[in-house]
Amino acid sequence: MAGSTPASATASPAGAPPGGPGGAPAARAAQSVSPWTEAWRRFKRHRLAFWSLWLLGTLVAAVLLGPLFYKVGINEVDFSAKLSTPSWKHPMGTDDLGRDILARVLYGGRISLAVGLAAMLMAVTVGVFIGAVAGMARGWVDAALMWVTDLFLSLPQLPLLLLLIFLFREPLKAAFGLEMGIFILIVVVIGGFRWMPVARLVRAQFFSLREKEFVEAARALGASVPRQVVRHILPNSLGPVIVAATIDIAAAIIAESTLSFLGLGFPPDIPTWGRILYDGRDYMDLAMHWALFPGIAIFLTVLTINFIGDGLRDALDPRRVL
Amino acid sequence: MSPPGRPEGEFRSAQREGTPMSNAPLLKVEGLVKHFPVKGGILGRVVDKVHAVDGVSFDLQAGETLGVVGESGCGKSTTGRCILRLIEPTAGTVWFEGKNVTAMGTTELRGMARDMQIIFQDPYASLNPRMTVQAIVGEALTIHKLAPDPAAYEARIVELLQVVGLSADHLRRYPHEFSGGQRQRIGIARALAVSPKLIVCDEAVSALDVSIQAQVINLLEDLQSQFGLTYLFIAHDLSVVEHISDRVAVMYLGRIVEIATSRDLYTQPRHPYTEALLSAVPIPDPLVKRKRIPLQGDVPNPIRPPPGCHFHTRCPIAQKGLCDVQSPVLKVVGDGHQVACHLRS
Amino acid sequence: MPLLDIRGLKTHFKTEDGWLHAVDGVDIAIDAGQTVCVVGESGCGKSVTAKTVMKLIDMPPGKIVAGQVLWQGRDLVPLGPQEMQKIRAKEIAIIFQEPMTSLNPVYTVGAQIAESIRLHEGLSKREALNRAVEMLRLVNIPTPERRVYDYPHQFSGGMRQRVMIAIALACSPKLLIADEPTTALDVTIQAQILELMVELKERMGMAILLITHAMGVVAETAQRVVVMYAGKVVEEASVEDLFARPRHPYTQGLIRSIPRIDTAATHKVRLEAIAGTVPKLINPAEGCRFADRCKHAMPACRSATPPLVEATPGHKVACILEAALA
Repeated sequence: MAGSTPASATASPAGAPPGGPGGAPAARAAQSVSPWTEAWRRFKRHRLAFWSLWLLGTLVAAVLLGPLFYKVGINEVDFSAKLSTPSWKHPMGTDDLGRDILARVLYGGRISLAVGLAAMLMAVTVGVFIGAVAGMARGWVDAALMWVTDLFLSLPQLPLLLLLIFLFREPLKAAFGLEMGIFILIVVVIGGFRWMPVARLVRAQFFSLREKEFVEAARALGASVPRQVVRHILPNSLGPVIVAATIDIAAAIIAESTLSFLGLGFPPDIPTWGRILYDGRDYMDLAMHWALFPGIAIFLTVLTINFIGDGLRDALDPRRVL
Repeated sequence: MSPPGRPEGEFRSAQREGTPMSNAPLLKVEGLVKHFPVKGGILGRVVDKVHAVDGVSFDLQAGETLGVVGESGCGKSTTGRCILRLIEPTAGTVWFEGKNVTAMGTTELRGMARDMQIIFQDPYASLNPRMTVQAIVGEALTIHKLAPDPAAYEARIVELLQVVGLSADHLRRYPHEFSGGQRQRIGIARALAVSPKLIVCDEAVSALDVSIQAQVINLLEDLQSQFGLTYLFIAHDLSVVEHISDRVAVMYLGRIVEIATSRDLYTQPRHPYTEALLSAVPIPDPLVKRKRIPLQGDVPNPIRPPPGCHFHTRCPIAQKGLCDVQSPVLKVVGDGHQVACHLRS
Repeated sequence: MPLLDIRGLKTHFKTEDGWLHAVDGVDIAIDAGQTVCVVGESGCGKSVTAKTVMKLIDMPPGKIVAGQVLWQGRDLVPLGPQEMQKIRAKEIAIIFQEPMTSLNPVYTVGAQIAESIRLHEGLSKREALNRAVEMLRLVNIPTPERRVYDYPHQFSGGMRQRVMIAIALACSPKLLIADEPTTALDVTIQAQILELMVELKERMGMAILLITHAMGVVAETAQRVVVMYAGKVVEEASVEDLFARPRHPYTQGLIRSIPRIDTAATHKVRLEAIAGTVPKLINPAEGCRFADRCKHAMPACRSATPPLVEATPGHKVACILEAALA
């Protein structure tokens, strides 16, 4: 009716969800939905990724907690039980020295996962740093860094891996002790070859994001460059980086297994999955279970990680936000 | 704290139009130039320049709204950004309250952010999707240490949200939960957080629906009278610019071709481009029939602008030998009315 | 018989939150040679209506839930892709807002115009190219015989839109649907394009369905106007009647919230904004969708959706208040 004025000509209905009345989102209006919550919701809808997450979680729990319950030693030699097939006493069978394979697989899993995680962290840290610096600085700094990246990308990985291991194995063993030394070597060597795609990704993200208006707005507010990077650009560029990181874990585990399989990784008495495979390769016809179980372990871990990476990519796809 | 309500139909205060102001302008732009390099060749050397802004000068008095209007490629957005030094000008000087902004170092410039702010066009891209409304609006308070304690911080943010027509319920929400108009309000609250003197509105309402546009225009006007703000209102919609501005500057291909009060610009346009522009603006009334002044051809490439007057290639009255050789300068033709045209000034 | 008669059209989209009622019972009729403007803001369903006519909606998640689209008496809704292909471009053509993304960047404009001609009229390559040159000349592109070999990126925004018009008109359709054709263009170019469209319409005896959100464009080009809000038609009238006496509160609010350049400069009046925002169309409630933003809303407005009735001859409105006054 004429004369009745709305509360304020320029106000939106206070507290009402932007959808206005009569909408289904009324329930969601009670709590806000952060972009991460949204992403988790989307991830859950990706069936394969979701079940992979559960499976991987189970694997990791088994590997971490298993040895607490399954107290068979990894080096318990028992010639009477050598090369026995899976049974109640030895669920995964035994190797040629009668050692229980399940115990060795569980132990080896810790090392493989640790290597995978550490190598990924190293690759991501180096990659994000270089990509961020290149993306923000542009100009000749960017050109120089990209030149270095291209250089690393064109290096032949396997021969270099072998060379580095050959050169640095003894010094590192002397400095950090046997296991730690080799661990550091493997992690640096694997991670050192995987940072380049991450750097490229991050640089590309920085290029596109630094022109975005919300970053310009932060500049206009007086934000320093570090603040722009940490508060605005990095959080929005993490999507593709997270996806690349999960794939990196899988690749690192395979790389470690390969190295161990070639006899170049950890010392022979440390039962990483690749090492167990290496040990069992001569007995494939006699005692297939020896190579089969660590092989399945590697396969399942890498498979689930890749599916999770797929799910994450869909969940974090920036085009779906908004 | 709510903006003053106005009954409909009331004339806006004529104060700004008639009352003499203090003589020193709040903002003075002199000979602003911005060229963007065009890289080419194998080594990526600079082969050409985009003449985005080609010598822009104007004054802005405290409390007034200067509209800057022009079509795409005329350099109006670049001008706005150069004033804040979001883009570094190639040449020219910007004076704010007598201080040389173009010569300032990083720290001093950060201090200027408390006096000059900007509102962007795209309500979807101008807010960080991963920050809450509280963080977005309060960022300036954090950067400039304007809030002594967390309670004062939150209180100030709530105050700002209420001023723009939002509420405390919106503090912990994320941008994607809001409509375009509401996001633009968040952007306005963000700009107001530092209590600036000057706000550059860079196509601030262009991406909004018509009915929301009116809400935001009214909000900007209310805020101006409430807080004594000065606006540099950049837009391509001449009707909106005429409505909100006291004075209007028309830009074409990097140069200002005419400045006048909004009334004079419409009733007595001098520059042929202004005339053509005015005749092309559609009027929401089928009974009003105007004669359209057609412009030949397209806007020239800003990489190689025409010599002399940039407009001469499309100008219906261009004089060979004069307009294609000599660049016209802005000359005063009336009270507050300047034109850059050899034949009309 | 009207050329195009949309009756009770409902197009809904399946989303994870429910069905989105993008178009919810729309009636629009266009006669041969007429210019009808559909005006409304974003989310009102005008673009979806146009795309439904051309069957350009992805059928999941979209679905034509009800209604008919009668083209010269024949319902297009049940038609399959083969039959629709004979109608598109030949009988009804459509041009969109963004000419750069509507044109294929890897083909010459001549090839793109000729493609349409060859598909529908079976001409040879040479003949089709000649026709393409003619079309470019028709849309006032200078030196068309040379430009026909150029690529889209070699044209400016306004020229590209002309090329789009040339493609659309190549087979002399009886109806041209233009979905916000000038929104992305500068105002001087916009004026040129609109003028061109009207001129071609006269020349070819075409009808135009122009979709826009700009009332100024409506005032200058339309003969009849259909105002849409939240998926429904709220008012329909001749352009003179609509502006002289807008009946629906939304139309009134819309007209009063636009700054007019002829009055803005000389006679500054505060804009009358419509409070609130467009409601979300997922599982909408009963009742008038404008009720929450309407100054005159009464309880009766929320109980049932007001039907579109004829308030005065040729002037329809969907508002119980106005219907009572008529």
